[in-house]
Amino acid sequence: MAELIYDKKGRLIFTKEMKKDYTLLMPMMLPIHFGFLQNVFHLHGYNAELLDTIGHEIIEEGLRDVHNDICYPALLTTGQLMHAIKSGKYDVHKTAFIMSQTGGGCRASNYIHLIRKTLKNHNMDYIPVISFNAVGLEKNPGFKMTLKMAVQFLYAVIYGDLLMWLSNQTKPYEVNTGDTQKVLDKWVEEINVQMKSSKNFLPKKAKKNFEGIVRDFAEIKLDMKPKVKVGVVGEIYIKYAALGNNNLEDFLHSEDAEVVVPSLLDFVLYAMYNTVHDYELYKVKFIMSKVMKFALNAIYSLQAKVTHSIKKHSTFRPMQKFEHIRALVKGYVSTGNKMGEGWLLTAEMLELIDCGVDNIICTQPFGCLPNHVVGKGMIRKIKKNFPDSNIVAIDYDSGATKINQENRIKLMLSTARKNLEKQTAKADISADKQADKTHCLKAM
Amino acid sequence: MTKHVGIDIGSTTVKVVVLDEQYNILHKYYTRHYSKVRTETLKLMQDVKSLLCDDDSTVSITGSAGLGTSKQAGIDFVQEVFATKIAVEQFLPYADVVVELGGEDAKIIFLTGGTEERMNGTCAGGTGAFIDQMATLMNVSVTELDELSLKYDKIYNIASRCGVFAKSDIQPLLNQGAKKEDIAASIYQAVVDQTITGLAQGRKIDGNVVFLGGPLTFLQGLKIRFKESLNLTSGAIFPDNSQYYIAIGAAIHSVNNQRYTYDDIIKRLTDAANAKTIIETLPALFKDEAEYEAFKNRHNITDVRQADISTYCGDAYLGIDAGSTTTKMVLITSDCKILYSFYTLNAGEPVPIVLDHLKKIYQLCEDRIQIKGSTVTGYGEDLIKNAFNIDSGLVETMAHFIAAKKFNPEVDFIIDIGGQDIKCFKIKNNAIDSIVLNEACSSGCGSFIETFARALGYDMPRFTALALKSAHPVNLGSRCTVFMNSSVKQAQKDGASIEDISAGLAISVIKNALYKVIRARNADDIGSHIVVQGGTFLNDAILRSFEIETGKHVTRPSIAGLMGAYGCAVASMRPKKDKSNLLTMEQLNHFVHTSKAATCAGCTNKCKLTINTFENNRRFISGNRCERPLGSNNTNKDIPNIYDFKLNYLTSLKSAEGKFGKIGMPYGLNMYENLPFYHAFFTSLGFEVVISDISTREMYQTGQHTIPSDTVCYPAKLMHGHIENLLSKGVDTIFYPCMPYNFDEKKGDNHYNCPVVAYYPELLKCNMDVLGGITYIYPYLAIYDRRIFELRIYQSLSKLYNITKKEIKKATQAAYDAYYEYKKVILKYGQESIKYAQENNLDIIVLAGRPYHIDPEINHGIDRLITSLNLAVLSEDSISAYVEKQPCTVVNQWTYHARLYAAARYIKDKENMNLIQLVSFGCGLDAVTTDEVREILEKEGKIYTQIKIDEINNLGAARIRIRSLIAAIDQARNGGLENG
Repeated sequence: MAELIYDKKGRLIFTKEMKKDYTLLMPMMLPIHFGFLQNVFHLHGYNAELLDTIGHEIIEEGLRDVHNDICYPALLTTGQLMHAIKSGKYDVHKTAFIMSQTGGGCRASNYIHLIRKTLKNHNMDYIPVISFNAVGLEKNPGFKMTLKMAVQFLYAVIYGDLLMWLSNQTKPYEVNTGDTQKVLDKWVEEINVQMKSSKNFLPKKAKKNFEGIVRDFAEIKLDMKPKVKVGVVGEIYIKYAALGNNNLEDFLHSEDAEVVVPSLLDFVLYAMYNTVHDYELYKVKFIMSKVMKFALNAIYSLQAKVTHSIKKHSTFRPMQKFEHIRALVKGYVSTGNKMGEGWLLTAEMLELIDCGVDNIICTQPFGCLPNHVVGKGMIRKIKKNFPDSNIVAIDYDSGATKINQENRIKLMLSTARKNLEKQTAKADISADKQADKTHCLKAM
Repeated sequence: MTKHVGIDIGSTTVKVVVLDEQYNILHKYYTRHYSKVRTETLKLMQDVKSLLCDDDSTVSITGSAGLGTSKQAGIDFVQEVFATKIAVEQFLPYADVVVELGGEDAKIIFLTGGTEERMNGTCAGGTGAFIDQMATLMNVSVTELDELSLKYDKIYNIASRCGVFAKSDIQPLLNQGAKKEDIAASIYQAVVDQTITGLAQGRKIDGNVVFLGGPLTFLQGLKIRFKESLNLTSGAIFPDNSQYYIAIGAAIHSVNNQRYTYDDIIKRLTDAANAKTIIETLPALFKDEAEYEAFKNRHNITDVRQADISTYCGDAYLGIDAGSTTTKMVLITSDCKILYSFYTLNAGEPVPIVLDHLKKIYQLCEDRIQIKGSTVTGYGEDLIKNAFNIDSGLVETMAHFIAAKKFNPEVDFIIDIGGQDIKCFKIKNNAIDSIVLNEACSSGCGSFIETFARALGYDMPRFTALALKSAHPVNLGSRCTVFMNSSVKQAQKDGASIEDISAGLAISVIKNALYKVIRARNADDIGSHIVVQGGTFLNDAILRSFEIETGKHVTRPSIAGLMGAYGCAVASMRPKKDKSNLLTMEQLNHFVHTSKAATCAGCTNKCKLTINTFENNRRFISGNRCERPLGSNNTNKDIPNIYDFKLNYLTSLKSAEGKFGKIGMPYGLNMYENLPFYHAFFTSLGFEVVISDISTREMYQTGQHTIPSDTVCYPAKLMHGHIENLLSKGVDTIFYPCMPYNFDEKKGDNHYNCPVVAYYPELLKCNMDVLGGITYIYPYLAIYDRRIFELRIYQSLSKLYNITKKEIKKATQAAYDAYYEYKKVILKYGQESIKYAQENNLDIIVLAGRPYHIDPEINHGIDRLITSLNLAVLSEDSISAYVEKQPCTVVNQWTYHARLYAAARYIKDKENMNLIQLVSFGCGLDAVTTDEVREILEKEGKIYTQIKIDEINNLGAARIRIRSLIAAIDQARNGGLENG
């Protein structure tokens, strides 16, 4: 075990010595994205390990350690980490945890402290917990977020988004089952290899990758018989993590639906934009807001390369511009609404509808505070403005059963199918209109 | 001719309907499946052989428990709400709205004006199972409940959100002697309210409303409540076959499906019935018979000695435990041997039971035995005490501690699981050190298993016996009752056996108690000398689960269910008396008891009172929160109560007519604290400030239909009512700003408001259409920085009014002055109270919560309850200013929360101060603060007490907590409970 050093507030810090031979455990959220993030950690000399454990023991572990009224993601991530520590797989004296922290006014900013509390209760408070954040919370000499790393993480997110985005569009329609997975596996492997060298994180290289990815997916043979499209929005962990949402994506696939999951990049942009907007509202962090504004523009141009590739080499639905998504929320909530997923959650529902995805599942942990407002609180108005929208709010929790959740989702799907039938019938009558709509979709 | 079959597998019943091609019903039948879902379905289908065997048929399965069967059998599944819609569109095309209540689901379908279907969320139990549970609670059948409901006089407020909540409202009503007829109707009203808030969520239920499902088919009283509440005269439709609509819809839905021969259908269902499914299971409770025997023998040892009442001569002591569902009495000799004991369900009427047994005891005692003392505890303590002149009352926790000590003098941990409550306490230095009681939301207690056993067609002994035999108990999770219901449903769907479900339930109850209520982290957390008690532990499966889960052997007295009464009997020995005041046999023979309901007009709390009258005009009033309705002049007026003081201060803010007219502000959430600020601000600008009235239940109801999220906290929900209230005052401008940030009091790392407080104005705007017709001003403001505040408020107001920057500046100055004046006044009152308490030798309770907890509709009068117990009440913000910022183990970034931590630190060395934390149900942030406040207090040897509040109106649980706290403090001062 490395020497334990504490900061002024008594927090155990992750030292340079620890960096040498400690394993950094991180909880899973999105397999593709997080796999790429793991590569970046490795590249910078961190022995990071992504926990892909699943199963009921994780929930049990979390239940024992976390207050049952705290949100479900805290329970799951703590459970997953503690489960790993107790598995005997790791030298507990050479292990650290790494956990993302957004630092907003939502209780999620407490996850890291809850993990520390748990460790203390188990007399394992020699395990350092690293806050992974972009706003400079909690410094650690052994873990530094450099600009280079940040840029590489960004690439990881963008690659992850593109692969998730396209595979979601081909998988339900593939003629030969398994084609999508093959392309996906091929590219995950390819990116993994590329990420072994820092030299490969360049716009030019990325552009080539984007094009290659899009082309490969475009070559998959598809049967475009209309299917129900279902968008999934919500609290970030529950929305993305299969452990949190009872394998929602698989369930929707098994129900023969096309799943539309908004990209992770939007959340990153949202968090960055909040700093810009904070200056407008409160006149704070002037320099940071300028930096973020600059960074945002740089990311927009990288994202434009992705959408350009999609438009040029395929007929897939491209991601929408962040600025466009942000504009949609006007009249619902202010962009000053920034706790949890904040205004982005409302915007994502509107974005989905804007792209013709009327069926939406709004996911959240039971009792999620921001979602009372930006999720459940906005559905009424959205439905009023878009009568065809078909939104169901589903709560996830250690005690909530899959059957109840699936039953409610099935109700939403029944309505969705009926609406789809109606639409297809209409489309048959006026093929012209259909052409217009395709045109419109392409124009976006 | 092709037949169409619909199979509806619900949570409690299976229904089969066969239609011909013209959709005429050829056959309909339903049966309870007692969780044997697949075999019962198969049986029902075998019964229709003669109908189906000649032609091919189409089949669809529907229902909440039908999914598994459908998958296994490879038969089409249709979601049940969708099926309902199909059937209604076919047979009742003129319907506008459909309300369907099932066993465990509630659904609503809007057909006209924008189709919309909704089901209850996961936390909502106003359904058939809920009514069943309530009937069990009142010890009547559902049919009897219905008959009772038709004869009601008045309706009580019963929390409608979920079954567990409603229970804790009903229980005290029963114990206080409220009329069963009234309670029955109130239960139905709760179901109706739940439908309106939980399901309709703002859409009006109007026009031709179709009511479907079992409860709405059979229960007349429920129909009436719906009709009256929705103002439906002609539009209410209760169609024939209403309980079959889902099945009919499924049959119609199947029309285009594949055609099957009868044999094929049977084969598919047989395969499904025989299919092995994978369910998450746990190890068996006992490895083998030998292990069970050893377990039984071990627990037979712990016994209490008996004495023969027919021969004993001498003194005796009586203990009564008037519990929530049961009444227990014990008579003991002066050396604690039991002379007489009994345990019975009280059916909500403890008085006649106690009367009967008292008479019996007197007869048995003859002249040989003299009752020298009597003590009563439990929910019905006050009623029984007054009815029979019992010598003293004792808080339950103390009664249990006294009893447990008789069985294990070294006891350091007691857990009591009763019908409705879980109580645990740790013993340190011979005194109760920390008390944990279950929250209204996690009461997976004894009556829960019992209700379940009954629903599955078993009595308790048989159900328990099954659990002991289970080889693979089902893992059912460990949340509250409502959640467990659906876990069981899932297990049923997967084909789990009754044995495994029974054992799984026992394990769940224990896990719930250990991990949710006690929040034990590991076995060492709960001490080494454990006494378990309460009727629920008489169930061997529960006891075994507890031992397995904790890995410890525990003491279970054979009188586990009588411990409260036994403890009371023991307590009756002190102080020594010549004679008990208990009513004599002669007096008992003339005993009369009547009760009637009334509403107290003493204050805005408008307590619903029950007036009990006994012979010779002896009276006892219950349901009151303070002494006012009792007519005594000694109303503790002088005892400091800062909650009252703050409320009066804010309500008396005056405003005059101004050049800009009226501006309304809702009196709720953070506006409570910020009222002096904005009041002064707008008054200075030239507005007449109109504040909404103090919250009431009625006001809540006026806005209830626009609440989009039924799991948000009650203080937030009240805001909808406040907006309606302002509008009813003729206000056409409402100001309610979004405030992500609060004042920075330098006690934390940041100064946020919680997400709900911060953004609720936006939610109101998007959900209350009435705001569209007025000027609603809800800008983002930063109150912590005067410069930014001025800038933002100017931007916002100058668009609407002709206001200069100079005027804004002046008004801002007035606002900050008023705010700081208010803060100063609070501190001053705090200091004076502390001084007063010292001079008058009073204890102080710091009732720590949020500023809006001074709202009497939110705190339900807990402050007055405390002063009525002769304790002074302070608030967190009256003392937090005196504590410097200190590190926390959690993120300390919310202004209101930082005050809680500071307040906890302030009292640590104050001998006469204790803290009770008020927590609103659904407050996610308090999941963080409660643990932290507890830690701060316990580190300093203070007892942590938490009271969770919601719509629930009764203070029973709060009273127990407060009294336990007082008893524990007294004990600690007097060196603990003496041995022997």
